Amino acid sequence: MSQTSSTTAGTTTRDTTVRGGLGDSPSRPDGMVKAQGAFAFAGDLSADGFLWGATLRSPHPYARIRNIDLSAAWKIDGVAAVITADDVPGKPTYGLISQDQPVFATDVVRYIGEPVAAVAADHPETCRRALEAIVVDYEVLPGLFDPEQAIDGSVAPIHPDGNVIRHQRIITGDQSLVGEVVVEGTYQLGMQDQAFLGLEAALAMPDPGGAGVELFVATQWLHEDRGQIAACLNLAPEKVRITLGGVGGAFGAREDISLQVHTCLLALHTSRPVRIAYSREESFLGHVHRHPATVWMRHHATARGEVQRIEARIVLDGGAYASTSSAVLLNAITHLQGPYKCANATIDGYATRTNNLPCGAMRGFGVVQACFAHEAQMDKLAVACGMDPLDVRLINAMETGDVMLTGQVMENVAPVAECIRRVAALPLPDAPVGGRDGDPLDLPGGAGLTADPSHVRRGIGWGVAMKNLMYSEAFDDYATARCRLADGVASLKFASVEVGQGFVVLAQQIARSVLGVDDVVLEPIDTSIGSAGSTSASRQTWMGGGAIDGACRLVRERLFEHVGAQHDIEPVRLAIEGHDVVDTMGTLRIPVRVASQGLVLEETFEHHHRPTEELDENGHGNCHTAFAFVAHRAVVDVDPELGLVKVVQVATAQDVGRALNPLSVLGQIEGGIAQGLGLAVMEELIFTDGRLRNGSFTDYLLPTMLDMPPVVATLIEQPDPMAPLGAKGVGEPPTISSTPAIVAAIRDATGRDLTRVPVRPADICLP
Amino acid sequence: ELYSLHVNGTTHDVADAWVGESLLFVLRERLGLLGSKGACEQGECGSCSVLVDGELVCSCLVLAASAVGQAIVTIEGIAPHGSPSDVQRAFVECGAVQCGFCTPGLIMATHSLLEHTSDPSDLEVREALSGNICRCTGYGRIVEAVQRVALWRSIEP
Repeated sequence: MSQTSSTTAGTTTRDTTVRGGLGDSPSRPDGMVKAQGAFAFAGDLSADGFLWGATLRSPHPYARIRNIDLSAAWKIDGVAAVITADDVPGKPTYGLISQDQPVFATDVVRYIGEPVAAVAADHPETCRRALEAIVVDYEVLPGLFDPEQAIDGSVAPIHPDGNVIRHQRIITGDQSLVGEVVVEGTYQLGMQDQAFLGLEAALAMPDPGGAGVELFVATQWLHEDRGQIAACLNLAPEKVRITLGGVGGAFGAREDISLQVHTCLLALHTSRPVRIAYSREESFLGHVHRHPATVWMRHHATARGEVQRIEARIVLDGGAYASTSSAVLLNAITHLQGPYKCANATIDGYATRTNNLPCGAMRGFGVVQACFAHEAQMDKLAVACGMDPLDVRLINAMETGDVMLTGQVMENVAPVAECIRRVAALPLPDAPVGGRDGDPLDLPGGAGLTADPSHVRRGIGWGVAMKNLMYSEAFDDYATARCRLADGVASLKFASVEVGQGFVVLAQQIARSVLGVDDVVLEPIDTSIGSAGSTSASRQTWMGGGAIDGACRLVRERLFEHVGAQHDIEPVRLAIEGHDVVDTMGTLRIPVRVASQGLVLEETFEHHHRPTEELDENGHGNCHTAFAFVAHRAVVDVDPELGLVKVVQVATAQDVGRALNPLSVLGQIEGGIAQGLGLAVMEELIFTDGRLRNGSFTDYLLPTMLDMPPVVATLIEQPDPMAPLGAKGVGEPPTISSTPAIVAAIRDATGRDLTRVPVRPADICLP
Repeated sequence: ELYSLHVNGTTHDVADAWVGESLLFVLRERLGLLGSKGACEQGECGSCSVLVDGELVCSCLVLAASAVGQAIVTIEGIAPHGSPSDVQRAFVECGAVQCGFCTPGLIMATHSLLEHTSDPSDLEVREALSGNICRCTGYGRIVEAVQRVALWRSIEP
């Protein structure tokens, strides 16, 4: 059993009075239907008389469109619509923060894969032939691919908004301080893809006469989609009704518009239902990715390893359109200090526009890039000071009350030192170096039988991270929920998107614990209620959970008022115990089922987090809402001659606030670490002059079950008073410092610098 | 044009289909069996795994018309209707299901594995299921689920 993952969780916050309540790990309500293949993902949806839609994409990274000839496509039997930018009735562009991305390219295409036209037809094969028949006359222009050229102004703007999406610095404290110890390095990260399994898919149903449209789509934020779609369609927002189609993973890639507007346009043009389903190749082109980055850092410290000042310059390549690049940059620069005390800084950050694929949200959102750099620097600092890598982190560990480089005070529970100590105390793997019992599957390179067991070296590395939760810089990403209690059955309505993380089971747990009910019905996730914000930024447990908690508490108050009036008891004396309403100062005890008989109690609640501020020009301001922390330890086996790596174990201690569903938390931890492992040793979208070279699952490598080691996890449960349920978001931290921990372990095994991820075999064996 | 496929014990006529359609496309779009999922169309991810004459295959790589005369079992036919298999129960109980898109393929692969190897080591599980990509779980709960089924079957074969 030594290879099996294990987790230890605190149990002090478990609600033991209601089965399936908070702190328990009940089975998720969609679990069995998914296991039976009966769950309707967006790509499974269909309608009578539907048409297939498909998108024509630019084959050039940068080109002027001289002419588009659609005539041959229209002549193909079975083609019902061929549309271009001329057919967009409303706003011609969309975008999450600035609307700089065309629905269809008009005069210019700015990346390979940019949509130019779309067709609707009776069969995917007809669509393919119709796309081939569209003749676009391009004048190819010299592309901008180097982010430094976007910054230095040597290239004419490729977009009216310019070649720099955001430039932001942080200037804090003493700008001339020079430490007794100075360590420096330049670090690079390749472009990672979210690679969710459930490809982009949508079904649009037009209202009669084109008065509106109903869209079923896999997305992360229904209301944001609705706003952008309605603007492009020139419809009032309420005329665009969106229901969540089953989501096969998201990880940030569904936060931006992809096929939403195209599908609606085709449906409105044909007055028929239209389905669009991307292929994997198209998916790689059709959504935003993790920003590739170059990070230069210099740490100044005392001889005892105390960090005094950091200097840094980070460049994120945002690709052709802005997406969330400005927010990703904010996260990157404000997390470059890591979970460490520091009073002085000179940080310069750029998010650039190039003719590469657009980049935006992916799990970790700018912090992945920052953490890879600051953790490599902490290891360098340890070496320079002759210290243990854990000790150098411990003496710098951030605590509640510390002032960050932005001037913001760390107000959250901040168990950084405890994360480090707890992860260090977890058991090391008992698997011997070079594999168990000589089984070649346990060797670096696996069944290829290439590694010589006697040459395999083991390494251990560490990574520690801080991650902001919720949205930042004055954005009010509130969440709405409605609770209804009738005859002992609660039903919940919300627009919080379930992407796989298990929000649906958490929602039921909250209602059970607050209201003392067993049965919790979940209504469809759609736009017929207020926004819940995005399922991103590790925010739905805090925000969507906070809204459900609030709505359930309001209903509970109403129930207590009713019971109080019936029994002449002050409602304030009443409480829920198990499944009963009880008088805390008397003997009354009535089952909730009985107490709510004949009643219909319904309340809606909006949860808002505390306000935040934008950074000023020197990078000062209370820009973030809250923070969580995590530490990772990785153990790797490396064959240094062949450059092969096998990750043997990842251990982690994570600050979760309160584990509301320990099994779901473990799922987030293991899944997040797998994505961090992918970035560390295999995942990268590779380009030549803006052209993606490995846009398939054959060529873009993802961790398989053999690549992913057992995880040993310990949950640090210190409920955060700021969080509605005491619980912090847990989705992103596992992805962030697992990558630097694995790379540090490979450095430990090989002695190589390894300043770039993913680490490639040649980086190890041919330095 | 007409051909017939034998799926989950029932014969289905497939009429007027383009002969280039994959088994996955025909199962999903012509027979309405949506449990098999397509995520890569290259046989890399295993989401479309079905059994053809007892052999685990990626249905995206099989031409539907070439499976005529063979017994095809999909996720819809792996257990009697309304009564989940032990593998399905274990996946749900162990937290092996998150977004669920890979789940039907993994359940098919797990049934196939445990048919051939009743008491697999963790490494054998990982090897046998390494053709199935899961992007959500990091696989830990899936290994746990497979081992739970092996344990159940060893107690009550």
